Amino acid sequence: MSVLVYIESDQGKFKKSALEVASYGKAVADKLGTSVTAVTFNVTDASELGKYGVDKVLNVSNSNGFDAKVYADAIKQAATTEGSKVVVLSSTSDSTYLAPLLAVGLDAGYASNVVALPTSTAPFVVKRTAFTNKAFAFTEISTDIKIVAVSNNSFGLVEASGNATMESFSPNLPSSNVKVESVDKATDKVSIADAEIVVSGGRGLKGPENWGMIEELAEVLGAATACSKPVSDLGWRPHSEHVGQTGKPVASNLYIAIGISGAIQHLAGINASKVKVVINTDPEAPFFKAADYGVVGDAFEVVPALIEKLKEFKAQNA
Amino acid sequence: MKILVCISHVPDTTSKINFTDGDTKFDTNGVQFVINPNDEFGLTRAMWFKEKQGASVAVANVGGPETEPTLRKALAIGADEAIRINTEAKDGFAVAKELANVIKDRGFDLVIAGRESIDYNGGMVPGMIAALTNANFVNKCIGLEIDASTSSATAIREIDGGKETVSTSLPLVIGGQKGLVEESDLRIPNMRGIMMARQKPLTVVEPVGANAETTSVKFEKPAPKGAVTLVSPDNIGELVNLLHNEAKVI
Ligand SMILES: Cc1cc2nc3c(=O)[nH]c(=O)nc-3n(C[C@H](O)[C@H](O)[C@H](O)COP(=O)(O)OP(=O)(O)OC[C@H]3O[C@@H](n4cnc5c(N)ncnc54)[C@H](O)[C@@H]3O)c2cc1C
Ligand SMILES: Nc1ncnc2c1ncn2[C@@H]1O[C@H](COP(=O)(O)O)[C@@H](O)[C@H]1O
Repeated sequence: MSVLVYIESDQGKFKKSALEVASYGKAVADKLGTSVTAVTFNVTDASELGKYGVDKVLNVSNSNGFDAKVYADAIKQAATTEGSKVVVLSSTSDSTYLAPLLAVGLDAGYASNVVALPTSTAPFVVKRTAFTNKAFAFTEISTDIKIVAVSNNSFGLVEASGNATMESFSPNLPSSNVKVESVDKATDKVSIADAEIVVSGGRGLKGPENWGMIEELAEVLGAATACSKPVSDLGWRPHSEHVGQTGKPVASNLYIAIGISGAIQHLAGINASKVKVVINTDPEAPFFKAADYGVVGDAFEVVPALIEKLKEFKAQNA
Repeated sequence: MKILVCISHVPDTTSKINFTDGDTKFDTNGVQFVINPNDEFGLTRAMWFKEKQGASVAVANVGGPETEPTLRKALAIGADEAIRINTEAKDGFAVAKELANVIKDRGFDLVIAGRESIDYNGGMVPGMIAALTNANFVNKCIGLEIDASTSSATAIREIDGGKETVSTSLPLVIGGQKGLVEESDLRIPNMRGIMMARQKPLTVVEPVGANAETTSVKFEKPAPKGAVTLVSPDNIGELVNLLHNEAKVI
């Protein structure tokens, strides 16, 4: 009956989104009066999960790395073994890759982009974003088993006192038909998906040669860099930085928009961010209506000043 | 090679989203519908396979007669035939089951769907189709090459913080997005395409009647935003102060 959580790790370290999933799973388990079981892959020390409410860890050893089909099958077998009625995962690329496969495997209803605890558990209703953050939908999942993907940074980390006991779990794994040939990943940069702070630049920055200050600001803040759609269409920045309705979604704690007008398609994709700051020369730019803090000013003056002030702040608060 | 592109019929990206019937139904009043942007990238890539590799391209939608103009647009862009599965799209699972049924019936080597629809944002239909039809699956696909003679495929998948190249084989389902083709490759139907689309088959298929497993029982719009707090460009220290002490985000 326990709530099953899929916990992602990267080189043995739990992702923050995974700890959020554990926290969410714990809160659902409390509502249902049950415990939390985690499925992990290739983890040696799972004690940290206890701090977020996990009671038991089923660890799968698999030397082949992530494969959506294989992982979905392993999680399915864990859910069956545990008799789980609720499975919780995150909104990372890997989790959202395997979730629909798992839903078919378990014949379970699946709700993605979930931003809050179930408003009720019988019937099981969750609040999720729809229309690309222009609205919320309250979605009832009517199957016996329910799968919920929690939106990044929507629930937060909630500490609990607990002890996670680890068991090795050896499901019968299917063979993989999708073989990874090469990976191209910047290991020194924060990804938009994981970032708590995102610094984003628009066409107001005039050209790719001006992104040095954006990168510096991001570095001072430990932030990821992003951009508006025209900026990636013009080739000033890579497509992977394009955020908005047709780009990546952003749900960071802080989103800083520099030289971005705030078109409806841009705002839709970043609206889930908690605090928004806009820096723009035009006080009429629509972004000012969506932002919490704004500076009407020239990015080429404001951003260097902001970097300087942040460095002073960091030095004082180090 | 037979390709199916799944087309979701969605409100134009500029649409204001409103609800009726006590916030239980999406208000379609005055809303323009378009091909889901992710599907448009997929359709354009399919046209490339048609032109360069002789593939045939069908498009399919699960929906009522109101979605036919969207399917006609896909035909005008260059698809060979359209299929409309005549039932309301209740949820992703039901849509995937309806599409899987047609795919099993007709046999497709490659099914291109979007990473997500911009209305429901389910991000589930392509993966579910793959699982239901026992096909290989690559999600968040930003590059795709097919060698039909060996039934093999090379795809690039977006991962958090980067991308990875994978090799796999047909039959294959992808969840596609920008990157499959560039924005500048997208096609606006021309007069000839629109005329030709009228002659192309648009087949209406009756549904198998798959049950929905999820139901959106109510909608809500985000709370209106309070006024922005302006900080003078001459006093940027104040912004740092507000972000630290008031917003508590740094
Ligand atoms: C189907 C569709 C999908 C779309 N999807 C997306 C999407 O996902 N994401 C997205 O971002 N857009 C999207 N768009 C595009 C969107 O409509 C806007 O065109 C785009 O967001 C504008 O980008 P921008 O704000 O960088 O540029 P602009 O609109 O050109 O704005 C530049 C801003 O910079 C300001 N500025 C100029 N100089 C300075 C300076 N020195 N200092 C400070 N500010 C300055 C200007 O006042 C202006 O407000 C989409 C459009 C369509 C039709
Ligand atoms: N009603 C539908 N008819 C045909 N294809 C659909 C439909 N709904 C979703 N799809 C496809 O599935 C993709 C993902 O949709 P979703 O799972 O709803 O986010 C879309 O981009 C389409 O390719």
